[in-house]
Amino acid sequence: MLFARVVGTVVCTEKVPSWRGQRLLLLETTDPAGNAAGGRPFAAIDLVSAAPGQRVFVVRGREAAVALANPENPADAAIVGIVDHVTERPPGAVD
Amino acid sequence: MILAKVLGTVVSTRKDPGLTGLKLLLAREVDAAYKPAGNQVVAVDAVGAGEGELVLIAAGSSARLTEVTKDRPVDHVICGIVDLVETEGRETYAKRAGLPA
Amino acid sequence: MFLARVTGEVVATIKHPHLAARKLLLVSPEPTPGRPALPPVIAVDTVDAGVGDRVLVADEGNAAAQVLGQPRGPVRTVVVGVVDHVDGPPASGADRAGRGGDERP
Repeated sequence: MLFARVVGTVVCTEKVPSWRGQRLLLLETTDPAGNAAGGRPFAAIDLVSAAPGQRVFVVRGREAAVALANPENPADAAIVGIVDHVTERPPGAVD
Repeated sequence: MILAKVLGTVVSTRKDPGLTGLKLLLAREVDAAYKPAGNQVVAVDAVGAGEGELVLIAAGSSARLTEVTKDRPVDHVICGIVDLVETEGRETYAKRAGLPA
Repeated sequence: MFLARVTGEVVATIKHPHLAARKLLLVSPEPTPGRPALPPVIAVDTVDAGVGDRVLVADEGNAAAQVLGQPRGPVRTVVVGVVDHVDGPPASGADRAGRGGDERP
């Protein structure tokens, strides 16, 4: 699972039927501390009622599709948690 | 899912039989200003998208999980046409305007 | 599966029910010599690993479901082992940095 921040909401009237009723959010990837990691924004299905500005974590790939009522859907990214905090020791500091 | 701009249609006569009947669109990933900037991909259209539209593209094995692409040899599928994107409380993309606000 | 170092913990009160009561670890993949370092990712702990441990991480949904003893859900990255040592190839870049402790004496 990867760190990201919610930067916006995406509205699609025309979408695959299996996504009906699903909320789509626009995200940017971040490092564990929440700093933007660069790269282009991407969209994800929101499974935890996240809000713009929040730090979240995201499951990528086929597993993103499994949580929806109809698992036969093409999601490849889904928000599965809202980050409260991260304690981090950089690899070099680990003894 | 990536956000991408549809650039055109790909036509192929001699192709794997599994691709028969699918609409193939050429699209390019956009940056935060919704300008084409990233990788170019050929994706199967599952929602009736057209040139110039901003779309959502799913990749990998997920791409085969639509009614249109089920059991087809497909790795990218267009699964939504973006009408609106709201960031920081304001519309930064609106399809009716055709361009980023 | 890949080798990684546990470099932190992630606390999340609101998360998908599939992750309820699971410990989430920040794991940094060990760099492959000559390749750029990969960013740290979040993995579900199943072996009581802790910060500083060198671990084995699986990144596939079926594997995750199996070790979590749950039906398939939106989880694919799980810590499935704590590495005692690795025989054979020379130590990775991470270990050459002198913070190893995993090689046999």
